[in-house]
Amino acid sequence: MTKLDMDILEILREDCRLPLEKLAIMTGASIAEVAEAIDRMEKDRIILRYTPTINWDLTDRERVEAMIEVRVTPQRDMGFDAVAKRIYRFEEVKSVYLMSGSYDLLVLVEARTLKELAMFVSDKLSTLEMVTGTATSFVLKRYKEEGVIFDTEKSDNRLVITP
Amino acid sequence: MNYDRYLNPDIAAVPPSGIRRFFDLASTMKDAISLGVGEPDFITPYHIRNAAINSIVDGETQYTPNRGLLSLRREIGWYLEHRYQTRYDPETEILVTVGASESIDVALRALIAPGDEVLVPEPSYVSYSPSVIFAGGRPVGVETTQETAFRLTPEKVRAAITPRTKALILPYPNNPTGAIMEKDDLEALAKVVRETGILVISDEIYSELTYGGLRHVSFASLPGMWDYTLTINGFSKSFAMTGWRVGYICGPAALIGVMNKIHQYGILCAPRQGQVAALEALRSGRERNYEDVVHMRESYDRRRRLMVEGFRGMGLECFEPLGAFYVFPSIRKTGLTSEEFCEGLLNAQKVACVPGTAFGPCGEGHIRCSYATAIDKLNIALDKMADFLATL
Repeated sequence: MTKLDMDILEILREDCRLPLEKLAIMTGASIAEVAEAIDRMEKDRIILRYTPTINWDLTDRERVEAMIEVRVTPQRDMGFDAVAKRIYRFEEVKSVYLMSGSYDLLVLVEARTLKELAMFVSDKLSTLEMVTGTATSFVLKRYKEEGVIFDTEKSDNRLVITP
Repeated sequence: MNYDRYLNPDIAAVPPSGIRRFFDLASTMKDAISLGVGEPDFITPYHIRNAAINSIVDGETQYTPNRGLLSLRREIGWYLEHRYQTRYDPETEILVTVGASESIDVALRALIAPGDEVLVPEPSYVSYSPSVIFAGGRPVGVETTQETAFRLTPEKVRAAITPRTKALILPYPNNPTGAIMEKDDLEALAKVVRETGILVISDEIYSELTYGGLRHVSFASLPGMWDYTLTINGFSKSFAMTGWRVGYICGPAALIGVMNKIHQYGILCAPRQGQVAALEALRSGRERNYEDVVHMRESYDRRRRLMVEGFRGMGLECFEPLGAFYVFPSIRKTGLTSEEFCEGLLNAQKVACVPGTAFGPCGEGHIRCSYATAIDKLNIALDKMADFLATL
Protein backbone atom coordinates (compact mmCIF):
# COMPACT_ATOMS: atom_id res chain seq x y z
CA MET A 1 0.00 0.00 0.00
CA THR A 2 1.26 3.45 -0.88
CA LYS A 3 0.28 6.86 0.49
CA LEU A 4 -1.63 7.40 -2.77
CA ASP A 5 -3.62 4.18 -2.18
CA MET A 6 -4.63 5.35 1.28
CA ASP A 7 -5.54 8.83 0.03
CA ILE A 8 -7.73 7.33 -2.69
CA LEU A 9 -9.47 5.02 -0.24
CA GLU A 10 -10.18 7.87 2.14
CA ILE A 11 -11.68 9.99 -0.61
CA LEU A 12 -13.74 7.14 -2.14
CA ARG A 13 -15.09 6.19 1.25
CA GLU A 14 -16.62 9.65 1.42
CA ASP A 15 -17.79 9.85 -2.20
CA CYS A 16 -17.19 6.98 -4.61
CA ARG A 17 -18.73 8.78 -7.57
CA LEU A 18 -15.86 11.21 -7.99
CA PRO A 19 -14.35 10.94 -11.47
CA LEU A 20 -10.69 10.02 -11.98
CA GLU A 21 -9.82 13.61 -12.93
CA LYS A 22 -10.98 14.91 -9.57
CA LEU A 23 -9.25 12.10 -7.67
CA ALA A 24 -6.06 13.00 -9.51
CA ILE A 25 -6.41 16.68 -8.62
CA MET A 26 -7.11 15.95 -4.98
CA THR A 27 -4.25 13.52 -4.52
CA GLY A 28 -1.76 15.40 -6.67
CA ALA A 29 -1.12 12.31 -8.79
CA SER A 30 -1.70 11.84 -12.51
CA ILE A 31 -4.92 10.35 -13.85
CA ALA A 32 -2.96 7.31 -15.05
CA GLU A 33 -1.45 6.75 -11.59
CA VAL A 34 -4.85 6.98 -9.92
CA ALA A 35 -6.41 4.61 -12.46
CA GLU A 36 -3.57 2.13 -11.96
CA ALA A 37 -3.91 2.28 -8.17
CA ILE A 38 -7.67 1.73 -8.31
CA ASP A 39 -7.35 -1.16 -10.78
CA ARG A 40 -4.76 -2.79 -8.59
CA MET A 41 -6.84 -2.38 -5.43
CA GLU A 42 -9.86 -3.82 -7.22
CA LYS A 43 -7.82 -6.81 -8.38
CA ASP A 44 -6.38 -7.29 -4.90
CA ARG A 45 -9.94 -7.18 -3.59
CA ILE A 46 -9.16 -4.20 -1.37
CA ILE A 47 -11.94 -2.30 -3.11
CA LEU A 48 -14.84 -4.71 -3.46
CA ARG A 49 -17.77 -2.62 -4.55
CA TYR A 50 -19.02 0.95 -4.98
CA THR A 51 -22.37 1.28 -3.29
CA PRO A 52 -24.55 4.05 -1.87
CA THR A 53 -25.58 4.16 1.77
CA ILE A 54 -29.37 4.06 1.66
CA ASN A 55 -31.85 5.06 4.32
CA TRP A 56 -34.46 2.40 3.50
CA ASP A 57 -36.75 3.70 6.21
CA LEU A 58 -37.57 6.65 3.96
CA THR A 59 -38.52 4.38 1.03
CA ASP A 60 -41.69 2.39 0.40
CA ARG A 61 -39.91 -0.91 0.61
CA GLU A 62 -40.97 -3.35 3.31
CA ARG A 63 -37.88 -4.57 5.02
CA VAL A 64 -36.92 -6.30 8.26
CA GLU A 65 -33.41 -6.64 9.57
CA ALA A 66 -32.09 -8.77 12.38
CA MET A 67 -28.82 -9.58 14.02
CA ILE A 68 -28.50 -13.22 14.93
CA GLU A 69 -25.98 -14.44 17.44
CA VAL A 70 -25.09 -18.00 16.44
CA ARG A 71 -23.30 -20.57 18.51
CA VAL A 72 -21.71 -23.36 16.48
CA THR A 73 -19.49 -26.40 16.83
CA PRO A 74 -16.27 -25.68 14.99
CA GLN A 75 -15.26 -28.40 12.57
CA ARG A 76 -12.09 -30.40 12.59
CA ASP A 77 -9.35 -28.87 10.34
CA MET A 78 -11.59 -26.08 9.16
CA GLY A 79 -12.52 -24.29 12.37
CA PHE A 80 -15.33 -21.83 11.82
CA ASP A 81 -14.72 -21.18 8.13
CA ALA A 82 -16.80 -24.07 6.83
CA VAL A 83 -19.85 -23.20 8.86
CA ALA A 84 -19.47 -19.50 8.09
CA LYS A 85 -19.41 -20.40 4.42
CA ARG A 86 -22.59 -22.44 4.72
CA ILE A 87 -24.29 -19.48 6.36
CA TYR A 88 -23.08 -16.69 4.08
CA ARG A 89 -24.34 -18.56 1.01
CA PHE A 90 -27.93 -17.83 2.00
CA GLU A 91 -29.12 -14.79 0.09
CA GLU A 92 -30.93 -13.39 3.14
CA VAL A 93 -27.58 -13.03 4.87
CA LYS A 94 -25.99 -9.60 4.43
CA SER A 95 -22.97 -9.94 6.68
CA VAL A 96 -21.25 -12.62 8.73
CA TYR A 97 -18.58 -12.01 11.35
CA LEU A 98 -16.61 -14.35 13.59
CA MET A 99 -16.77 -12.91 17.07
CA SER A 100 -14.94 -13.20 20.34
CA GLY A 101 -17.10 -13.54 23.45
CA SER A 102 -20.16 -15.53 24.38
CA TYR A 103 -21.17 -16.60 20.85
CA ASP A 104 -19.30 -17.44 17.67
CA LEU A 105 -20.85 -15.88 14.58
CA LEU A 106 -22.78 -12.67 14.18
CA VAL A 107 -25.13 -12.91 11.22
CA LEU A 108 -26.91 -9.86 9.78
CA VAL A 109 -30.03 -10.87 7.95
CA GLU A 110 -32.46 -8.93 5.82
CA ALA A 111 -35.91 -10.07 4.67
CA ARG A 112 -39.11 -8.49 3.40
CA THR A 113 -41.32 -9.49 6.29
CA LEU A 114 -41.06 -10.68 9.84
CA LYS A 115 -42.49 -14.02 8.80
CA GLU A 116 -39.88 -14.52 6.10
CA LEU A 117 -37.14 -13.77 8.59
CA ALA A 118 -38.58 -16.13 11.19
CA MET A 119 -38.75 -18.85 8.54
CA PHE A 120 -35.12 -18.28 7.67
CA VAL A 121 -34.04 -18.79 11.28
CA SER A 122 -36.22 -21.80 11.97
CA ASP A 123 -35.95 -23.59 8.61
CA LYS A 124 -32.54 -22.68 7.27
CA LEU A 125 -30.22 -21.55 10.03
CA SER A 126 -31.22 -23.59 13.08
CA THR A 127 -31.36 -26.79 11.10
CA LEU A 128 -27.67 -26.70 10.13
CA GLU A 129 -26.07 -29.55 12.06
CA MET A 130 -23.16 -27.49 13.40
CA VAL A 131 -25.42 -24.73 14.77
CA THR A 132 -26.03 -25.33 18.45
CA GLY A 133 -28.06 -22.24 19.27
CA THR A 134 -29.28 -18.85 17.97
CA ALA A 135 -30.49 -15.61 19.53
CA THR A 136 -32.25 -13.22 17.16
CA SER A 137 -32.50 -9.45 17.76
CA PHE A 138 -34.55 -7.31 15.40
CA VAL A 139 -33.37 -3.90 14.29
CA LEU A 140 -35.92 -1.30 15.38
CA LYS A 141 -34.29 1.87 14.16
CA ARG A 142 -31.09 2.70 12.35
CA TYR A 143 -29.19 5.72 13.59
CA LYS A 144 -25.84 5.53 11.88
CA GLU A 145 -24.25 3.28 9.27
CA GLU A 146 -20.83 3.39 7.63
CA GLY A 147 -20.13 6.65 9.40
CA VAL A 148 -23.29 8.31 8.08
CA ILE A 149 -25.82 9.62 10.58
CA PHE A 150 -29.39 9.00 9.38
CA ASP A 151 -30.96 11.77 11.39
CA THR A 152 -32.25 14.40 8.96
CA GLU A 153 -31.73 17.26 11.38
CA LYS A 154 -29.05 19.78 10.54
CA SER A 155 -25.77 18.49 11.91
CA ASP A 156 -23.58 21.48 11.02
CA ASN A 157 -23.75 23.88 13.93
CA ARG A 158 -21.59 26.50 12.31
CA LEU A 159 -22.84 29.97 11.43
CA VAL A 160 -23.29 30.29 7.66
CA ILE A 161 -20.68 33.02 7.33
CA THR A 162 -17.91 33.80 9.78
CA PRO A 163 -14.84 36.00 9.43
CA MET B 1 -34.10 58.49 22.45
CA ASN B 2 -31.01 59.44 20.53
CA TYR B 3 -27.95 57.96 22.17
CA ASP B 4 -25.38 59.50 19.83
CA ARG B 5 -24.18 62.02 22.39
CA TYR B 6 -23.40 59.18 24.80
CA LEU B 7 -21.38 57.12 22.38
CA ASN B 8 -17.70 57.57 21.68
CA PRO B 9 -17.79 59.00 18.13
CA ASP B 10 -14.52 57.27 17.16
CA ILE B 11 -15.95 53.89 18.07
CA ALA B 12 -19.39 54.59 16.59
CA ALA B 13 -17.75 55.60 13.31
CA VAL B 14 -16.15 52.18 12.77
CA PRO B 15 -18.30 50.45 10.14
CA PRO B 16 -19.74 47.03 10.94
CA SER B 17 -17.94 44.05 9.39
CA GLY B 18 -18.36 43.78 5.63
CA ILE B 19 -19.51 40.21 5.97
CA ARG B 20 -22.48 41.14 8.12
CA ARG B 21 -24.77 41.89 5.18
CA PHE B 22 -23.95 38.57 3.53
CA PHE B 23 -24.49 36.76 6.74
CA ASP B 24 -27.99 38.25 6.99
CA LEU B 25 -28.76 37.40 3.35
CA ALA B 26 -27.41 33.85 3.48
CA SER B 27 -29.01 33.09 6.83
CA THR B 28 -32.47 33.47 5.33
CA MET B 29 -31.80 30.88 2.60
CA LYS B 30 -32.50 27.45 3.91
CA ASP B 31 -30.66 25.29 1.42
CA ALA B 32 -27.78 27.58 0.51
CA ILE B 33 -24.31 26.05 0.34
CA SER B 34 -21.96 28.22 2.29
CA LEU B 35 -18.33 28.66 1.35
CA GLY B 36 -18.27 31.55 3.76
CA VAL B 37 -17.46 29.68 6.92
CA GLY B 38 -14.21 30.69 8.57
CA GLU B 39 -13.91 27.71 10.86
CA PRO B 40 -13.06 24.01 10.52
CA ASP B 41 -15.79 21.53 9.56
CA PHE B 42 -14.29 19.02 11.99
CA ILE B 43 -15.57 18.92 15.51
CA THR B 44 -13.07 18.90 18.36
CA PRO B 45 -11.57 15.38 18.71
CA TYR B 46 -13.39 13.29 21.31
CA HIS B 47 -10.54 12.87 23.77
CA ILE B 48 -10.20 16.66 23.97
CA ARG B 49 -13.93 17.13 24.59
CA ASN B 50 -13.82 14.37 27.17
CA ALA B 51 -10.99 16.01 29.10
CA ALA B 52 -13.20 19.08 29.56
CA ILE B 53 -16.19 16.96 30.58
CA ASN B 54 -14.11 15.18 33.20
CA SER B 55 -12.86 18.43 34.63
CA ILE B 56 -16.46 19.63 35.01
CA VAL B 57 -17.50 16.38 36.67
CA ASP B 58 -14.50 16.63 38.97
CA GLY B 59 -15.64 20.05 40.11
CA GLU B 60 -12.91 22.10 38.47
CA THR B 61 -15.03 25.21 38.23
CA GLN B 62 -12.81 27.90 39.71
CA TYR B 63 -10.77 30.73 38.21
CA THR B 64 -7.37 29.78 36.88
CA PRO B 65 -4.29 31.96 37.34
CA ASN B 66 -4.56 35.14 35.25
CA ARG B 67 -1.92 34.02 32.82
CA GLY B 68 -3.60 30.61 32.41
CA LEU B 69 -2.98 27.19 33.96
CA LEU B 70 0.76 26.77 34.42
CA SER B 71 0.51 23.21 33.07
CA LEU B 72 -1.01 24.61 29.87
CA ARG B 73 1.63 27.33 29.57
CA ARG B 74 4.32 24.69 29.96
CA GLU B 75 2.78 22.63 27.16
CA ILE B 76 2.55 25.75 24.99
CA GLY B 77 6.22 26.44 25.68
CA TRP B 78 7.17 22.89 24.71
CA TYR B 79 4.99 23.00 21.61
CA LEU B 80 6.40 26.28 20.31
CA GLU B 81 9.97 25.23 20.97
CA HIS B 82 9.67 21.87 19.26
CA ARG B 83 7.31 22.83 16.48
CA TYR B 84 8.52 26.33 15.59
CA GLN B 85 11.92 26.71 17.28
CA THR B 86 10.87 29.65 19.44
CA ARG B 87 11.50 29.58 23.19
CA TYR B 88 9.25 31.23 25.74
CA ASP B 89 9.36 31.01 29.51
CA PRO B 90 5.98 29.66 30.69
CA GLU B 91 6.19 31.73 33.89
CA THR B 92 6.68 35.16 32.35
CA GLU B 93 6.54 35.10 28.57
CA ILE B 94 3.25 33.33 27.79
CA LEU B 95 -0.28 34.65 28.37
CA VAL B 96 -3.35 32.50 27.73
CA THR B 97 -6.26 34.57 26.41
CA VAL B 98 -9.90 34.23 25.34
CA GLY B 99 -9.13 33.11 21.81
CA ALA B 100 -6.37 34.63 19.73
CA SER B 101 -8.77 37.57 19.34
CA GLU B 102 -8.14 38.74 22.89
CA SER B 103 -4.41 38.39 22.29
CA ILE B 104 -4.69 40.84 19.40
CA ASP B 105 -6.71 43.20 21.55
CA VAL B 106 -4.41 43.21 24.60
CA ALA B 107 -1.32 43.51 22.42
CA LEU B 108 -2.67 46.58 20.67
CA ARG B 109 -3.93 48.16 23.87
CA ALA B 110 -0.61 47.62 25.60
CA LEU B 111 1.38 49.15 22.75
CA ILE B 112 -0.68 51.96 21.27
CA ALA B 113 -0.59 55.49 22.59
CA PRO B 114 -3.08 57.95 21.03
CA GLY B 115 -2.16 58.59 17.41
CA ASP B 116 0.28 55.71 17.04
CA GLU B 117 0.20 53.88 13.76
CA VAL B 118 -0.01 50.15 13.20
CA LEU B 119 0.66 48.60 9.80
CA VAL B 120 -2.07 46.20 8.74
CA PRO B 121 -1.51 44.15 5.58
CA GLU B 122 -4.48 43.98 3.24
CA PRO B 123 -6.37 41.88 2.50
CA SER B 124 -6.44 40.35 5.96
CA TYR B 125 -8.67 39.27 8.81
CA VAL B 126 -11.47 41.73 9.44
CA SER B 127 -10.75 42.70 13.03
CA TYR B 128 -7.19 44.05 12.96
CA SER B 129 -8.02 47.57 11.81
CA PRO B 130 -11.05 48.05 14.09
CA SER B 131 -9.00 46.72 17.01
CA VAL B 132 -6.29 49.30 16.30
CA ILE B 133 -8.94 52.03 16.27
CA PHE B 134 -10.53 50.76 19.48
CA ALA B 135 -7.08 50.96 21.09
CA GLY B 136 -6.80 54.62 20.03
CA GLY B 137 -4.39 54.05 17.17
CA ARG B 138 -4.44 54.56 13.44
CA PRO B 139 -4.38 51.51 11.17
CA VAL B 140 -2.27 51.98 8.05
CA GLY B 141 -3.05 49.51 5.28
CA VAL B 142 -0.16 47.83 3.47
CA GLU B 143 -1.32 46.39 0.20
CA THR B 144 -0.47 42.87 -0.90
CA THR B 145 -1.35 41.68 -4.37
CA GLN B 146 -1.69 38.52 -6.37
CA GLU B 147 1.46 39.49 -8.33
CA THR B 148 3.56 38.92 -5.20
CA ALA B 149 1.48 35.90 -4.12
CA PHE B 150 -0.16 38.12 -1.47
CA ARG B 151 3.10 38.13 0.47
CA LEU B 152 4.20 41.22 2.32
CA THR B 153 7.12 42.89 0.54
CA PRO B 154 9.80 44.83 2.45
CA GLU B 155 9.48 47.75 0.02
CA LYS B 156 5.80 48.29 0.77
CA VAL B 157 6.35 47.95 4.52
CA ARG B 158 9.25 50.39 4.48
CA ALA B 159 7.25 52.90 2.47
CA ALA B 160 4.43 52.82 5.03
CA ILE B 161 6.64 53.37 8.08
CA THR B 162 6.54 56.85 9.68
CA PRO B 163 7.93 58.13 12.99
CA ARG B 164 4.57 57.20 14.54
CA THR B 165 4.70 53.53 13.46
CA LYS B 166 4.66 51.26 16.47
CA ALA B 167 4.07 47.87 15.05
CA LEU B 168 3.32 45.68 12.06
CA ILE B 169 0.70 42.96 12.12
CA LEU B 170 2.00 39.88 10.32
CA PRO B 171 -0.97 37.60 9.60
CA TYR B 172 0.41 34.47 7.92
CA PRO B 173 -0.80 31.90 6.88
CA ASN B 174 -3.34 34.45 5.77
CA ASN B 175 -7.08 34.69 5.97
CA PRO B 176 -8.57 35.40 3.38
CA THR B 177 -5.90 34.81 0.71
CA GLY B 178 -4.37 31.54 1.92
CA ALA B 179 -0.92 33.10 1.33
CA ILE B 180 2.08 32.12 3.42
CA MET B 181 5.44 33.79 4.03
CA GLU B 182 8.47 31.58 3.50
CA LYS B 183 11.75 31.97 5.30
CA ASP B 184 13.31 34.19 2.60
CA ASP B 185 10.30 36.51 2.65
CA LEU B 186 10.49 36.79 6.41
CA GLU B 187 14.22 37.45 6.35
CA ALA B 188 13.71 40.34 3.96
CA LEU B 189 11.16 41.71 6.39
CA ALA B 190 13.47 41.13 9.36
CA LYS B 191 15.95 43.49 7.74
CA VAL B 192 13.35 46.26 7.81
CA VAL B 193 12.52 45.49 11.43
CA ARG B 194 16.19 45.59 12.39
CA GLU B 195 16.67 48.96 10.72
CA THR B 196 13.51 50.64 11.95
CA GLY B 197 12.91 48.98 15.30
CA ILE B 198 9.18 48.46 14.81
CA LEU B 199 7.52 45.60 16.65
CA VAL B 200 5.93 42.67 14.84
CA ILE B 201 2.66 41.17 16.02
CA SER B 202 2.75 37.80 14.30
CA ASP B 203 -0.69 36.18 14.19
CA GLU B 204 0.08 32.54 13.47
CA ILE B 205 -3.33 31.02 14.19
CA TYR B 206 -3.21 28.97 10.94
CA SER B 207 0.38 27.81 11.52
CA GLU B 208 -0.52 24.10 11.38
CA LEU B 209 -2.31 24.45 8.06
CA THR B 210 0.37 24.79 5.40
CA TYR B 211 0.58 22.70 2.23
CA GLY B 212 2.88 21.68 -0.55
CA GLY B 213 5.42 20.27 1.90
CA LEU B 214 6.12 23.74 3.31
CA ARG B 215 6.27 24.09 7.09
CA HIS B 216 5.27 27.33 8.75
CA VAL B 217 8.19 29.52 9.82
CA SER B 218 7.67 31.54 12.97
CA PHE B 219 8.94 35.11 12.68
CA ALA B 220 10.40 35.03 16.21
CA SER B 221 12.62 32.09 15.21
CA LEU B 222 14.64 34.29 12.84
CA PRO B 223 18.00 35.52 14.17
CA GLY B 224 17.52 38.60 16.34
CA MET B 225 13.77 38.78 15.81
CA TRP B 226 12.62 37.27 19.11
CA ASP B 227 13.14 40.61 20.87
CA TYR B 228 10.91 42.42 18.37
CA THR B 229 8.11 39.88 18.10
CA LEU B 230 4.83 39.09 19.80
CA THR B 231 3.69 35.66 18.66
CA ILE B 232 -0.04 34.94 18.70
CA ASN B 233 -1.47 31.48 18.25
CA GLY B 234 -4.36 29.38 19.51
CA PHE B 235 -6.33 26.19 19.22
CA SER B 236 -9.30 27.17 17.06
CA LYS B 237 -7.96 26.27 13.62
CA SER B 238 -5.30 23.65 14.28
CA PHE B 239 -7.33 21.58 16.74
CA ALA B 240 -10.83 22.49 15.53
CA MET B 241 -11.64 24.29 18.78
CA THR B 242 -13.21 27.60 17.71
CA GLY B 243 -16.03 27.65 20.24
CA TRP B 244 -13.75 26.98 23.21
CA ARG B 245 -12.14 30.40 22.90
CA VAL B 246 -8.56 29.68 23.87
CA GLY B 247 -5.54 31.40 22.39
CA TYR B 248 -2.23 32.77 23.61
CA ILE B 249 0.34 35.46 23.10
CA CYS B 250 4.06 35.09 23.72
CA GLY B 251 6.86 37.62 23.84
CA PRO B 252 9.36 39.46 26.02
CA ALA B 253 8.33 39.46 29.70
CA ALA B 254 8.25 43.26 29.87
CA LEU B 255 5.53 43.34 27.21
CA ILE B 256 3.58 40.27 28.29
CA GLY B 257 3.49 41.61 31.86
CA VAL B 258 1.67 44.77 30.74
CA MET B 259 -0.73 42.74 28.60
CA ASN B 260 -1.42 40.56 31.58
CA LYS B 261 -2.40 43.69 33.51
CA ILE B 262 -5.07 44.53 30.93
CA HIS B 263 -6.18 40.90 30.80
CA GLN B 264 -6.26 40.61 34.60
CA TYR B 265 -8.47 43.68 35.09
CA GLY B 266 -10.65 43.14 32.05
CA ILE B 267 -11.06 39.39 31.72
CA LEU B 268 -9.42 37.71 34.72
CA CYS B 269 -8.74 34.44 32.97
CA ALA B 270 -9.70 32.39 29.93
CA PRO B 271 -12.46 29.83 30.69
CA ARG B 272 -11.05 26.94 32.70
CA GLN B 273 -12.67 24.14 30.68
CA GLY B 274 -11.32 25.60 27.47
CA GLN B 275 -7.85 25.61 29.01
CA VAL B 276 -8.21 22.01 30.17
CA ALA B 277 -9.27 20.99 26.67
CA ALA B 278 -6.36 22.92 25.16
CA LEU B 279 -3.98 21.20 27.56
CA GLU B 280 -5.25 17.81 26.41
CA ALA B 281 -4.92 18.88 22.75
CA LEU B 282 -1.25 19.71 23.21
CA ARG B 283 -0.40 16.82 25.52
CA SER B 284 -1.98 14.19 23.30
CA GLY B 285 -0.54 15.91 20.25
CA ARG B 286 2.95 15.66 21.71
CA GLU B 287 2.43 11.99 22.60
CA ARG B 288 0.81 10.98 19.31
CA ASN B 289 2.83 13.11 16.95
CA TYR B 290 -0.12 15.47 16.26
CA GLU B 291 -2.08 12.79 14.41
CA ASP B 292 -5.37 14.71 14.69
CA VAL B 293 -3.75 17.76 13.14
CA VAL B 294 -2.10 15.74 10.37
CA HIS B 295 -5.39 14.03 9.52
CA MET B 296 -7.21 17.36 9.25
CA ARG B 297 -4.43 18.98 7.24
CA GLU B 298 -4.42 16.15 4.70
CA SER B 299 -8.16 16.36 4.35
CA TYR B 300 -8.00 20.14 3.77
CA ASP B 301 -5.18 19.70 1.28
CA ARG B 302 -7.26 17.39 -0.94
CA ARG B 303 -10.10 19.87 -0.95
CA ARG B 304 -7.71 22.77 -1.58
CA ARG B 305 -6.48 21.16 -4.80
CA LEU B 306 -10.05 20.47 -5.86
CA MET B 307 -11.05 24.11 -5.41
CA VAL B 308 -8.01 25.62 -7.13
CA GLU B 309 -8.42 23.35 -10.16
CA GLY B 310 -12.17 23.93 -10.08
CA PHE B 311 -11.78 27.69 -10.40
CA ARG B 312 -9.03 27.44 -12.97
CA GLY B 313 -11.23 25.06 -14.95
CA MET B 314 -13.90 27.79 -15.05
CA GLY B 315 -11.35 30.13 -16.56
CA LEU B 316 -10.91 32.19 -13.40
CA GLU B 317 -7.46 33.22 -12.35
CA CYS B 318 -6.76 31.48 -9.05
CA PHE B 319 -3.61 32.03 -7.06
CA GLU B 320 -2.47 28.83 -5.34
CA PRO B 321 -2.99 29.18 -1.60
CA LEU B 322 -0.40 27.36 0.50
CA GLY B 323 -1.98 27.92 3.90
CA ALA B 324 -5.19 28.21 5.94
CA PHE B 325 -8.39 26.84 4.33
CA TYR B 326 -9.37 29.52 1.85
CA VAL B 327 -9.02 30.12 -1.87
CA PHE B 328 -9.12 33.66 -3.16
CA PRO B 329 -9.88 33.50 -6.90
CA SER B 330 -10.03 36.61 -9.05
CA ILE B 331 -13.43 37.40 -10.54
CA ARG B 332 -12.15 40.54 -12.27
CA LYS B 333 -12.76 39.18 -15.77
CA THR B 334 -16.50 39.05 -15.12
CA GLY B 335 -16.56 42.84 -14.92
CA LEU B 336 -18.50 42.64 -11.67
CA THR B 337 -17.35 43.99 -8.34
CA SER B 338 -16.75 41.45 -5.57
CA GLU B 339 -19.97 42.50 -3.86
CA GLU B 340 -22.02 42.25 -7.05
CA PHE B 341 -20.56 38.85 -7.83
CA CYS B 342 -21.24 37.41 -4.39
CA GLU B 343 -24.73 38.81 -4.22
CA GLY B 344 -25.58 37.59 -7.72
CA LEU B 345 -24.17 34.14 -6.99
CA LEU B 346 -26.10 33.87 -3.77
CA ASN B 347 -29.39 34.96 -5.35
CA ALA B 348 -29.05 32.91 -8.53
CA GLN B 349 -27.38 29.73 -7.29
CA LYS B 350 -27.64 29.86 -3.51
CA VAL B 351 -23.91 29.63 -3.00
CA ALA B 352 -22.49 31.96 -0.36
CA CYS B 353 -18.96 33.39 -0.61
CA VAL B 354 -17.44 36.45 0.99
CA PRO B 355 -16.49 39.45 -1.17
CA GLY B 356 -12.77 40.22 -1.05
CA THR B 357 -13.51 43.81 -0.08
CA ALA B 358 -14.65 42.64 3.37
CA PHE B 359 -10.93 42.16 4.05
CA GLY B 360 -9.75 45.56 2.84
CA PRO B 361 -10.18 47.68 -0.29
CA CYS B 362 -7.46 45.82 -2.21
CA GLY B 363 -9.53 42.64 -1.93
CA GLU B 364 -11.66 44.09 -4.74
CA GLY B 365 -11.84 41.72 -7.69
CA HIS B 366 -11.56 38.64 -5.49
CA ILE B 367 -13.87 36.41 -3.49
CA ARG B 368 -13.01 34.29 -0.48
CA CYS B 369 -14.16 30.69 -0.59
CA SER B 370 -13.62 28.46 2.40
CA TYR B 371 -13.09 24.79 1.61
CA ALA B 372 -13.76 23.64 5.16
CA THR B 373 -16.87 21.91 3.82
CA ALA B 374 -17.71 18.35 2.71
CA ILE B 375 -16.35 17.31 -0.70
CA ASP B 376 -19.77 16.61 -2.23
CA LYS B 377 -20.92 20.11 -1.28
CA LEU B 378 -17.76 21.66 -2.69
CA ASN B 379 -18.35 19.87 -5.98
CA ILE B 380 -21.94 21.04 -6.14
CA ALA B 381 -20.87 24.59 -5.29
CA LEU B 382 -18.23 24.52 -8.05
CA ASP B 383 -20.80 23.32 -10.58
CA LYS B 384 -23.21 26.03 -9.54
CA MET B 385 -20.54 28.69 -9.79
CA ALA B 386 -19.70 27.51 -13.30
CA ASP B 387 -23.41 27.78 -14.16
CA PHE B 388 -23.49 31.28 -12.72
CA LEU B 389 -20.43 32.33 -14.73
CA ALA B 390 -22.08 31.01 -17.89
CA THR B 391 -25.02 33.38 -17.40
CA LEU B 392 -22.83 36.49 -17.17
